Amino acid sequence: MSKFGKSFAAIFVAASALAPAAQAATLKFAYQGPLTQLDPYSLNETFTLSMLGNVYEGLIRRNEKLEIEPALAESWELVDPTRWRFHLRKGVKFQNGNDFTADDVVFSVDRLRGEGSDLTSRLPKDTKVEVVDAHTVDFVLSSPNPILPSEWETMFIMDKEWTEEHDAVKITSASDTTPNYASLHANGTGPFKVTMHEPGVQTTFEKFDGWWDTAKHNLDKVEFTPIGSDATRVAALLSGEMDMVYPVPVQDLKRIDGNGSTRVMTGPELRTIFLGMDQTRDELLYSSVKGKNPFKDVRVRKAFYQAIDIDGISQKIMRGMSTPSALMISPLLFSRSGEFHRYPYDPKAAKALLEDAGYPDGFSIGMDCPNDRYVNDDAICQAVASMLARINVKVNLNAQPKAKYFARILYSGGYDTSFYMLGWTPPSFDSWNILADLEACRDDQGNGGAFNIGGYCNPKVDELAKQILVENDPKTRDDLIAQAFTLTHEDVSYIPLHQQSLAWGVSDKLTLAQRADDQFLFRFVTKN
Amino acid sequence: MGPSGQDQTSSAAPAPSVLRRVLDSDLTHSFLRSKVTVAAATGTLLFVLAAILAPMIAPHDPFDLAGLSIMDARIPPVWMEYGEPRFLLGTDDQGRDLLSGILYGLRISLIVGICSVFAAAAIGISLGLVAGYAGGKIDALIMRIADVQLTFPAILIALLIDGAVRGIFGNLDREIFSFWILICSLALSFWVQYARTVRSSTLVEKNKEYVQAARVIGIPSVIIMIRHILPNVLGPVFVIATINLALAIVTEATLSFLGVGMPSTQPSLGTLISIGNDFLYSGEWWIAIFPGVALAVLVLNVNLLGDWLRDALNPKLR
Repeated sequence: MSKFGKSFAAIFVAASALAPAAQAATLKFAYQGPLTQLDPYSLNETFTLSMLGNVYEGLIRRNEKLEIEPALAESWELVDPTRWRFHLRKGVKFQNGNDFTADDVVFSVDRLRGEGSDLTSRLPKDTKVEVVDAHTVDFVLSSPNPILPSEWETMFIMDKEWTEEHDAVKITSASDTTPNYASLHANGTGPFKVTMHEPGVQTTFEKFDGWWDTAKHNLDKVEFTPIGSDATRVAALLSGEMDMVYPVPVQDLKRIDGNGSTRVMTGPELRTIFLGMDQTRDELLYSSVKGKNPFKDVRVRKAFYQAIDIDGISQKIMRGMSTPSALMISPLLFSRSGEFHRYPYDPKAAKALLEDAGYPDGFSIGMDCPNDRYVNDDAICQAVASMLARINVKVNLNAQPKAKYFARILYSGGYDTSFYMLGWTPPSFDSWNILADLEACRDDQGNGGAFNIGGYCNPKVDELAKQILVENDPKTRDDLIAQAFTLTHEDVSYIPLHQQSLAWGVSDKLTLAQRADDQFLFRFVTKN
Repeated sequence: MGPSGQDQTSSAAPAPSVLRRVLDSDLTHSFLRSKVTVAAATGTLLFVLAAILAPMIAPHDPFDLAGLSIMDARIPPVWMEYGEPRFLLGTDDQGRDLLSGILYGLRISLIVGICSVFAAAAIGISLGLVAGYAGGKIDALIMRIADVQLTFPAILIALLIDGAVRGIFGNLDREIFSFWILICSLALSFWVQYARTVRSSTLVEKNKEYVQAARVIGIPSVIIMIRHILPNVLGPVFVIATINLALAIVTEATLSFLGVGMPSTQPSLGTLISIGNDFLYSGEWWIAIFPGVALAVLVLNVNLLGDWLRDALNPKLR
């Protein structure tokens, strides 16, 4: 690119803020972990879904401020309380040239609820999907759900013919080792198509010219490279090799901001990081306690909770870039969060609780932790291990890359854990999702709270969740939510830790929108 | 030469005679003459002592998780602002005292290094003896395997073995297994040099009269190899072992740095450097630098010793 070209582009952008697409450009960015899957239903993880959200689209989508917008559905209405009608957008093409029709929606929704799917919680299992005509689809529910489409931004629609043609109808689950065609290739309706995907090495995207919407970005190529080492990731941004890296390690914020040509974009993130405990098995898989499950005793769970010095983690490991949380949901998403307080950090009380529960000498427990998923996940787990050591609980920490980690602890891996760390952003940005996905009773088949890995169960909470779902009065609804959260807090169903801060390292060449759910969508990016 | 020759004939077992030769011969003389070597030996000895006595001299026990406090994390060395006398060289990101971490890390690095050198020497010497003594197809087979392995860098082989073992046995119980996996992968990466050296010396020795005499009176091959040839080919092995010790320590550090060595709950020097690497940009230099310096000085000392031993045992330089 000539100097003239660059300066021309700069002038062009400066002169007309209205012009949507400036000079075409290549965006290079890095993330701390790999993109393991291109199959949109195999892993319910923000990063994977966010990357695929550039290629695939759902019936709805959300804008920079997370407000719902029409996407593949132009409009929708409630025909009756249990029948949702979606009018599909006409003239939409998949990236291979196929037409998007109602059949694709039915196919996708069936596949999403099929074996190996990690996104079954996007809609109730007994929902019937009926084709009215080629561009109209009805979703018939067994009980009313007034917020049904709110979780659907990441319920991506696949092309029926393409998937069947490549023999990829069966989903490659997170624990499967042989990927099928759809987990290595992608064919969506979105603004970008995948041109090359080497898991763990690089994924390249190219602008899809046949996109139905008008592009506001000016990218024609995007290159994604996973860089696991914090220091290397920062160096790649500072040297100009990368236009954007995330997450920025908390210790390097100042350096990136002070560099002159880069900046850090921070903001509160909606994800809550928490620890979960197996409360359902009669004997823990990984523990020195045999014949019984100590986590079934609320005193043990509370002892673990009170042994954790959350302020220490916040100050020393997160360097202030986290907000300790009493709830399993971000205070930005539930107005009455302020009424809830964490159990105080108190190792003595924790030790007394353990003694009461019959473990004066403590016990040992295996802990599973990802090391490339959340900000400082490994360091937090190590700190938790040393904090628990003070109440005589010996933690055997198993920190592993997320690909291995998720393959074990999720439903597809048989919930193979006793004590684990996870982060959760409700896709609907609503408390009901927490109650339905994380706090609801489940069976071994994953029916119920599919991501309730520890198997916490309180029928009263389930009953409240049912009422919350159909309650339309905001105040009564918040009352019910507060009641449910009070119960889960008293039961210590989980140990919430904190909401981490978003920290994206961005070159000054880029203008982009940072969504509070940490989704990085290329359609909000312009590069000068 | 005279007295040592007498010693050799007077003692019945060949093994102690080698030991005596090392102690009595002009090695001692050449050792005392080189100031660098004496300094290197003293340094190495200090490192070994520090490692052995770590539980006594370290101010904290870095493996005792209950003794760590997250509020002590990232405290700078004592002479800097915000430094604390409790932590002479500062602390890492988990509040672990760096000085204690280095002492204990030194321990793990040295144990892994020494064990893997012994294991590699055992494999290499046996294969080299067999190859040299048996000759023919067995020789060709063993040496071709060695040739193939020499085309890969040792670190790559260590990574492969480490990865394969972890893949097969899973990741659990890392604290116990990491140690043994490391030693195995290092041993299997470094045996070739021993095998080649021992084989070439064996080729020379096996045609000498004392071996032929032993063969004539019907001593089994295994006994000839172990009791007759082995003592006479060990000289060069000591040199390789010393130099490889430094190499093994560095390789262990590299593997740990790459995250496939010792876990961070039981840090070796490489693990400590790896932890510190993430903080280099943010001004917390001490977490990476101090373990790095310790590693560099240790390896330098061992290498100097190895160099001296090589020169001293080289008949051409005498």
